[in-house]
Amino acid sequence: MESNLITEDKHKNKLEKAFEILKTMASKPSGLIGLSIVLFHVVLALLSPYIAPYDYKAISPNTMLLAPSAEHWFGTDSLGRDVFTRTILGGRTALTVTFFGSLIALLWGGLLGIFCGLVGGKIDDVVMRVVDAFLSIPWILAMLLIVSLLGTSTEVLIPALGFFYGKGIVRVARAATHDVIAKDFIVSARARGHSNMSIIWNEIIPNVRDAILVEGAMRWSWMLLGFSSLSFLGFGVSPPTPDWGLMISNARGLMSFAYWSVIAPIVGLSSLIIGINLTADAFAKALGIDRSTKAPV
Amino acid sequence: MLLLILKRIGLGLITLFIVSLITFVGVEVLPGDACTTYLEREAYGAALDACIKRLGLDVPAYERYLDWASNVVRGDFGYSLSGEMPINEVLGPRVKNSLVLASVSILIGIPLAIVLGIITALWRDKLPDIMISTITIFSMTIPEFISATLLILIVAIWLGWLPGIVIIPSDATFYELLSNIILPVVAISMIMTAHMARMVRSSVIQVMASDYVQMAILKGVPYWKMVFRHVLPNALLPAINVVALTIAWLLGGVVVTEVVFNYPGLGRLVIESISNRDLPVVQALAIILASIYVGINLIADLMTLMLNPRLKSLQIRK
Repeated sequence: MESNLITEDKHKNKLEKAFEILKTMASKPSGLIGLSIVLFHVVLALLSPYIAPYDYKAISPNTMLLAPSAEHWFGTDSLGRDVFTRTILGGRTALTVTFFGSLIALLWGGLLGIFCGLVGGKIDDVVMRVVDAFLSIPWILAMLLIVSLLGTSTEVLIPALGFFYGKGIVRVARAATHDVIAKDFIVSARARGHSNMSIIWNEIIPNVRDAILVEGAMRWSWMLLGFSSLSFLGFGVSPPTPDWGLMISNARGLMSFAYWSVIAPIVGLSSLIIGINLTADAFAKALGIDRSTKAPV
Repeated sequence: MLLLILKRIGLGLITLFIVSLITFVGVEVLPGDACTTYLEREAYGAALDACIKRLGLDVPAYERYLDWASNVVRGDFGYSLSGEMPINEVLGPRVKNSLVLASVSILIGIPLAIVLGIITALWRDKLPDIMISTITIFSMTIPEFISATLLILIVAIWLGWLPGIVIIPSDATFYELLSNIILPVVAISMIMTAHMARMVRSSVIQVMASDYVQMAILKGVPYWKMVFRHVLPNALLPAINVVALTIAWLLGGVVVTEVVFNYPGLGRLVIESISNRDLPVVQALAIILASIYVGINLIADLMTLMLNPRLKSLQIRK
């Protein structure tokens, strides 16, 4: 049954299939809303360097804490920087860091999980113990340790986030591999004398891909949450990088007076996280995977 | 049965051991050791040598690990560098404060989550479900520091009902704490409730679709009797584990919330000790937080075991 599905897959145009999944996702209002929010943010992030009206790091004492106006749509912050400029560029920072971070998490988590599920035995036991141990350190403490260990540049943050959020994917990939490993087509591939590498590439990955991708989409939103929390605490990207967490933390002290400089990044970050969540949910449903009873580990 | 319980406890201990190794190695490879951090610019010559001797940094790392680990097992975490006092004294009031915050949030959050979860499941896809589910999605996905900041902005600044930040010393009395923790508790329980309500909802929906519930309906069991006698016990049981995992996961959120509200708990200590490079405290915190996580999961596993005879012969979690 499964092996039939795979051969069918190969004949079908990949783009066509992706388009079909997108159509299923957009057929429900929550999925449509999620997709449009994410699309909006992605487009804005791509265009932001060209449409930003001001320099994001230009400090000016003459324009400190101005209320929203025609010149400064979202007002200015305590250093006289344009909040609109920093907000749209902040989305670029958040999306770049978390997108590449998720990619790294997917790659190492997925491959290690598949490997463990396939070989089993002692190696599997040891790896899973270590993964469990990492899971039991609260994410914030682990991230803070990594960041204080290696510094807070984007070059460090992306692999650090990728490493840290990949450990949950190891579990999912391993469980999904366990589900397919006993199936006939794997046994017959073994009997045909295929190598482990060939079995992983041709038989297992096509069958566990959906589960891993759904998990990765979910992790993307958690990573965004983790990344912005780090910035908020002062352990993320360093100023003057335009970043939502950093902007909220800087503007918080003055929000009784200049609430606009805290509202703009809050709306940006909240909408992106909700958008990614709705999209990931719709993606899971379109692929027929139920995540509703899982804990957010 | 007993063997299974012992096995789970054993696995928990192994996990804690690995956590201690990871944090020890992590702290070990941090640039600069305790002495260079502590002495700052005077870290050279005789002063440095004396400090290294005093803190025992001249012995090999594995010996120090064994030494440290055996003290931790006896409940002694050593000395804090910045405060120059025993870590146990630093931790004591912080643990108490965080415990108050967490338990009040849990006491409010769990019953509320169960009620909301049941309502949304029974009125699935109707108006109450749509309304509550939309709110839960919002409060679940928005980062803690944003909901906390918004709470301060709206309740404390615009409405002026409550103080925005907590200004109490870390050794405040229980009553002093209670009047100050309303906003932090709302911020934490909002997220917790949302997560758990969603799980209760899907669990109840699953059970409602099961054969024995259909059977009960066909037999003519009154609706509410069926809900309370047949559905809820079966639906809430699998939720225990997930709820435990969620509580443990939210430890990170508690850290952020404590920072936003300036609340003198364990969470703020995490940030303070990492900023100050107070490595012994960081190690102690890692072990304590990991123990809480392992402990909560262990209790949940055991509860599920006790309450569900069917699981006794099975592996609990895959």
